[in-house]
Amino acid sequence: MRAWLLLVVALVAHADERRSGRDTMSPALRTLQADDAQHPAQLALALGRELWREGARSCASCHGEPEKLRGAATRYPAWDHGLVDLPGRIQRCRVRHQGQLAWPPEAEPLLALTALVAQQSRGLPLTPPRGPELDAAAKRGRSLYMTRTGALNLSCAQCHDERASLRLGGSLIPQGHVDDYPVYRLEWQALGSLQRRLRGCLNGVRARVPEWDSAELLELETYLARRSAGMAMQPPGVRP
Amino acid sequence: MATRAVITLPAAIKAGEPFEVRATVAHAMETGYRTGDDGARLPRDLVRRFECRLDGELVFSADLFAAVSANPYLAFWLRASKPGEISFTWRGDKGFEHRETRPLNFA
Repeated sequence: MRAWLLLVVALVAHADERRSGRDTMSPALRTLQADDAQHPAQLALALGRELWREGARSCASCHGEPEKLRGAATRYPAWDHGLVDLPGRIQRCRVRHQGQLAWPPEAEPLLALTALVAQQSRGLPLTPPRGPELDAAAKRGRSLYMTRTGALNLSCAQCHDERASLRLGGSLIPQGHVDDYPVYRLEWQALGSLQRRLRGCLNGVRARVPEWDSAELLELETYLARRSAGMAMQPPGVRP
Repeated sequence: MATRAVITLPAAIKAGEPFEVRATVAHAMETGYRTGDDGARLPRDLVRRFECRLDGELVFSADLFAAVSANPYLAFWLRASKPGEISFTWRGDKGFEHRETRPLNFA
């Protein structure tokens, strides 16, 4: 009985430790994200819906309505002859099945479609898939997360684990959860992917910035998805 | 890519009662003060003027300047006594012009 109680207390305490970035933002920003009529990603979502049914071999011709992809965004990054995140999957679909040229990284239409697909999984918990390749990738991602890097000699963990909820200059350091990507970041004045966020952070500590869709970024994404596993998604997010 | 705008109106409006209008247009709002990756100045490209008309009558307008964010979002309140058509116009640099119209649905 006592052991059970202890276990329950431990579980509750553990559950309370993780806070999504959206819950630590200012009330004004939280409203911006919660109210669809104010959400700054609405334009991108409207573009996504337009692109969804564009062309003879449109997304809609295979997948039907975007709403049918509810839950799809919770299962990335996945392993399919290599690591692939949600924007990567959309690129592959475009190249293989639509016979079109891939978009450049962070292209507006790519982010718009990613946001549209991710939006369908609102409220669902992140459930990154398992598998030997993914486990190995997550392990490498974890060691990247823990390793000091750049001229400032900082690891991700030093800020987002050890100093989360403290301040860096005037800004709150979030725990670095990945439950709302892609996000509309007010500083960017645009939607951006998780890779853009990671590259920005690495640039901030003056480290060598990995290429788009490089193994390092995808491995980090794999680890971060597991770190945030079980948290409810609310994409697209709004961030300061 | 076609210009896009998102306009939010209440589903049903009551005659004589104020209602909120929200309008966003996709626009970079380039200030003219920034430089690109090659060091050259990015030319100014702003939405300069926003106008909202109710059956042709100007009911709300705004002049926008360089400090306004990309995808400018405006929210304002109007009052109407009868159903009609509400139109939105954004005009700016480089001959930018975008028009949207919506019917006003009364309860």
